Amino acid sequence: MTKCKKVLLPLIMLLTSLLFIFPIFWMFVSATNDTAGIVMGKLTFGTALPTNFENLMKAKNIWTAMFNSLRNAALQTVLSLFISSLAGYGFEVFHDRHKDALMNVLLLSMLIPQITTAIPLFKMFSSWGLLNTWIAFVLPGIASVFLIMLFRQSARSFPGEVIQAARVDGLGEFGIFIRMFVPIMAPTYVAALTITFMNAWNSYLWPSIVMLSNESTTMPLLLANLMSGYTQDYGMILLAVAICTLPTLLIFAFLQKSFASGITGAVKM
Amino acid sequence: MKLTYAKRLNLVGWLFIAPAVVMIFIMSFSAIIQAFGISLQTGMGNNMKWTGFSNYLRILKDPTFQTTVGNTLVYLLQIPVMLGLALLYAQALNNVHLRCPGLYRVMIFLPCAMASVSYSLVFRILFASDGLINTVLRFTGLNQNGINFFGGAWTSRMVILIALVWRWTGYNMVFLSAAMQSIDPAIYEAATIDGASGFQRYFRVTLPLLRPTLVLLCIMTLSGTIQLFDESVNLTNGGPANATLSISHYIYNLAFKYTPNFGYATALSFVVFIVIAILTLLQMKVGDKRDEM
Repeated sequence: MTKCKKVLLPLIMLLTSLLFIFPIFWMFVSATNDTAGIVMGKLTFGTALPTNFENLMKAKNIWTAMFNSLRNAALQTVLSLFISSLAGYGFEVFHDRHKDALMNVLLLSMLIPQITTAIPLFKMFSSWGLLNTWIAFVLPGIASVFLIMLFRQSARSFPGEVIQAARVDGLGEFGIFIRMFVPIMAPTYVAALTITFMNAWNSYLWPSIVMLSNESTTMPLLLANLMSGYTQDYGMILLAVAICTLPTLLIFAFLQKSFASGITGAVKM
Repeated sequence: MKLTYAKRLNLVGWLFIAPAVVMIFIMSFSAIIQAFGISLQTGMGNNMKWTGFSNYLRILKDPTFQTTVGNTLVYLLQIPVMLGLALLYAQALNNVHLRCPGLYRVMIFLPCAMASVSYSLVFRILFASDGLINTVLRFTGLNQNGINFFGGAWTSRMVILIALVWRWTGYNMVFLSAAMQSIDPAIYEAATIDGASGFQRYFRVTLPLLRPTLVLLCIMTLSGTIQLFDESVNLTNGGPANATLSISHYIYNLAFKYTPNFGYATALSFVVFIVIAILTLLQMKVGDKRDEM
């Protein structure tokens, strides 16, 4: 029984785990094959990468989309981390009855689906003349209740003595936050960074409503447009998908542990 | 003096939370109130007129909306399958007999690194009539003609379900695995001494202790599945004949693809909000109640 378990369990785990990475592996392999090879079921790296890349460059301006995605995701991450961690710290360190009640009200915003606020927000940003700008991309998600909870949780473990000592040394409250809290809580920031960056990089619904021009398009939007053409060049499309996946895959590869602790961290009970 | 210092600290606290609070009020709470206002109007662009609840009455008679609700009920089938798989994998990862669990963990978790648009396109090409799955079916002789997955209602729903399970199993596994690791081994030792079998330990110790996590994952998955959008747009484009059209996708089409009908689209989206709010609060209540027992 135990022997059977010792052999069977790893075998099942290995075979089923391969199913999970196969589509990703196949995407990278197919990015180097031409459509004829992909249709025939080629599973080895080929030589069509330059051709696919050439076709992709002819079809879409991928550099603009890459730049926009990178800029939007970076701004979203920096601003969201700053505003949300400031609030998380504030809700914990300066907490009183009123702020605790307010936090509970903010939690209610997590019940609101994105599609419900999409139309009023679209009208708002369009009346402000901000369509197709990074501001429209970033602003709706700039304060994240999820991140506020994550940082509030980490502020709970931030020693009160450090704050008291810093106050005695004459450091202002904002100074304590920037010079003490931020560096000490670096792991939390890394976790929050991976989640926020990946969400921003991958976001689709809201950008598809406000980022309408070719100049403001992002990678997921460009991908969605590639597929709607009549003739479908699988090699070229999968190369574009691979390019879009590469940055998040790298972040994931290096920061997988922080990513995992980040998604589970805010909801510790 | 002391009072003013305390008061000053309190004020500083409000300044710390102010930017986030203001943004959430504008982007969420004010937006949802505006959404309700728009849902009571009809017309196009800036020529909106008040119509009362006529948009809501129209929902009841909308066959396409009924189709999307039916599709969403089908998508909900992924929840037990996906959470069951995640539970099994989490259990396996914490099995002492399994060597290098980290490797399997990364492999199963890896789909989370992909954008929903990206994996939608990958699955669309995998399951295309000239895609890899059909090539394999033909080559192995399992099905000489191949299957036109995106031509049939149930086969295309099936592809979406497979894609969803593929994408989210690892994500939920990570939550459950972390929760399992936080269970005190002494509890298992005590149960073993009391003569509990492996099965009993699992159903009487592990599962009850995982319940808060499972309730949370259920809430998140349920809400996410009802709001499904990216897969409906990019994997099947709602087809064939709306058989995979999700509610969010339909609302998007009404507002931004066909002649824009913000009033009706917003009324639909407001119904989605009410449903999600009720289901979430209900599940939280159920989660709380059993805690007291």
